[in-house]
Amino acid sequence: MKAIYERELKAYFQGVTGYLFIAFVLLFAGIYTMAINLFSGYPTFSFVLGNMSFIFIIVIPILSMRVIAEERRQRTDQLLYALPMSMYKIVMGKYLAMVTVLAIPCAVMATYPLILSAFGNVNFFVSYASLFAFFLLGAALLALGMFISSLTENQVVSAAICFLVMLLNYFISVLTGFLPKSTTGSFIVLTIAALLIGLFFKWMTKDIFVAGLATLLCEIPLISVLIFHKEALSGLVPQIVGKLSLFDRFYTFIDGTCDITAFVYFISVIAVFVYFTVQSLERRRWN
Amino acid sequence: MSLLEVNGLSKRYGDHTAVSGLTFTVEKGQIYGFLGPNGAGKSTTMNMITGCLSATEGSAVIDGHDIFEDAVAAKKCIGYLPEIPPLYPDMTPFEYLNFVAKAKGIAKNKRAKQVELAISKTGLEQMQDRLIKHLSKGYKQRVGIAQALLGNPQLIILDEPTVGLDPKQIIEIRNLILSLKGQHTVILSSHILSEVQAVCDRILIISHGKMVACDTSENLETMFAGRLTIQLRAKCSADRFDTLIKTIDGVKMESYVMEENGVYGSGEISASGDMDADTLCEQVFNMFASVKIPLLSMQLSKASLEDIFLELTSEEHEQAIAQEEAAQKEKEKAKKGGKEEFDTLGVTLDAEDEEAEEDAE
Repeated sequence: MKAIYERELKAYFQGVTGYLFIAFVLLFAGIYTMAINLFSGYPTFSFVLGNMSFIFIIVIPILSMRVIAEERRQRTDQLLYALPMSMYKIVMGKYLAMVTVLAIPCAVMATYPLILSAFGNVNFFVSYASLFAFFLLGAALLALGMFISSLTENQVVSAAICFLVMLLNYFISVLTGFLPKSTTGSFIVLTIAALLIGLFFKWMTKDIFVAGLATLLCEIPLISVLIFHKEALSGLVPQIVGKLSLFDRFYTFIDGTCDITAFVYFISVIAVFVYFTVQSLERRRWN
Repeated sequence: MSLLEVNGLSKRYGDHTAVSGLTFTVEKGQIYGFLGPNGAGKSTTMNMITGCLSATEGSAVIDGHDIFEDAVAAKKCIGYLPEIPPLYPDMTPFEYLNFVAKAKGIAKNKRAKQVELAISKTGLEQMQDRLIKHLSKGYKQRVGIAQALLGNPQLIILDEPTVGLDPKQIIEIRNLILSLKGQHTVILSSHILSEVQAVCDRILIISHGKMVACDTSENLETMFAGRLTIQLRAKCSADRFDTLIKTIDGVKMESYVMEENGVYGSGEISASGDMDADTLCEQVFNMFASVKIPLLSMQLSKASLEDIFLELTSEEHEQAIAQEEAAQKEKEKAKKGGKEEFDTLGVTLDAEDEEAEEDAE
């Protein structure tokens, strides 16, 4: 794992990717710190993080687009498959290298509250908790980006899909307003979602039985809720979709709430997408 | 114990069968050639043996470790060079080999020595600090081979190691492979016969995903030399030639064509059975000498590996195998169903008897 990690990290700084990523994050951090803390005189550093979180839409694809797609394109994935190492370790090595690159600008930003404290009172707890949440948000988005990169061998396609997914995730809370709120609407949308989950399992495992089981496991509770507790379905879809927004979980920190469940949420997202990436790579071994 | 045991290995993609039921063993310290036309399933098989691809059926056991069950231990015994060398273009060979050595889990104190050894074996000293993307194809191939050598694996698998190289590079790579013999067991694939013949101790020929032959190149030749043929040029007519040839036991005229001048003719005779080539030549010579017909030339033609390869991988051979298999199945079926058939026959006979009785009444 260490060998993969070191090679990946080196690769980021042999080209421009690593520098570009760090420069971009720090540039926006600098601009917002200037505007919010220094010029407008707000003492809360978390506002800076809240305002600049949109840059993840741009920088995450830059970092994650090549991580797996490039290996496939230049056929070095054959080497990885032939290494006496589990796929899990290989993926973790790659993922941790990306997280390390993300940690560098975060470490630089960690000095900002200290600098700001020279001009007045800064709430360190809120500042550092939100910085940590900012870091975890980025890490979760990177895991998502890595999974997207594992689906294609074209970096540009990978970056484009990743960008779209990030954008969708960013605006998800706005989009929830357009989703059906009625009981029937919810039922239809959730049924479609259950079928999509089934299709996803079919694609991942090539096993119609597993896919059917997954669909049924989603569908049976849904139907039982429809029969026994109909009113629970109304407004459920916007609620569920809203929960998918990684950015929303981060915004609670800006207002000064340290939401431990959000940490758990981010870490779960990371675990799920690392697992999916491993499965996506293992799946290719089967084809 | 053999180093590699492949048992019933198959790979299917939907309806398409890439490899079906390959079974063979690889002994230590020899060089094996994997021969087959393009698309015969060579790369697929190699990918399965090295764990890069899963098998639909069957197993591959390397030094007691199953590649699908005990992958990490099995992969430690293998060095693999895929068809396209898996190189990172932005690294130097030295960096790349160090990375692979580390990723293969070679202990820190042995790493430098192993990398150095791999570099010197493949003759990369001059190039070790250039970026891989600036290297020529031959050198890239060498880096690929060096990578496979790291960790001193018992089994080295090279997928078409000389493809796309110039003749000089081919000879260099060939010598490199020969130098690995003894210490390592090498399996290499190729669709070039001369290469396999030059390097390999044993040859496995596969065609359409099936193994059609596995033997040493000498044995393959003798196996097919069963039909001994001699090319002749003589001063006589076709009829006379035929009658003369017929007098020798077990020898048959294959063809005889008169030349334009109408005096000389050339043709081919074949001998069946296990007749010795020299005895045959002697008999033919004596026969023609006894009737004072001058033989102008006589040449023994041995089935070359090329002929064997073409024969084995031809459609006709495929069909012959398929027919044989079908016949085998039929036989088994007949054995199983024999009793039942007999019973039904019995019933019909009884029925006929009854009918006959009825008629009598």
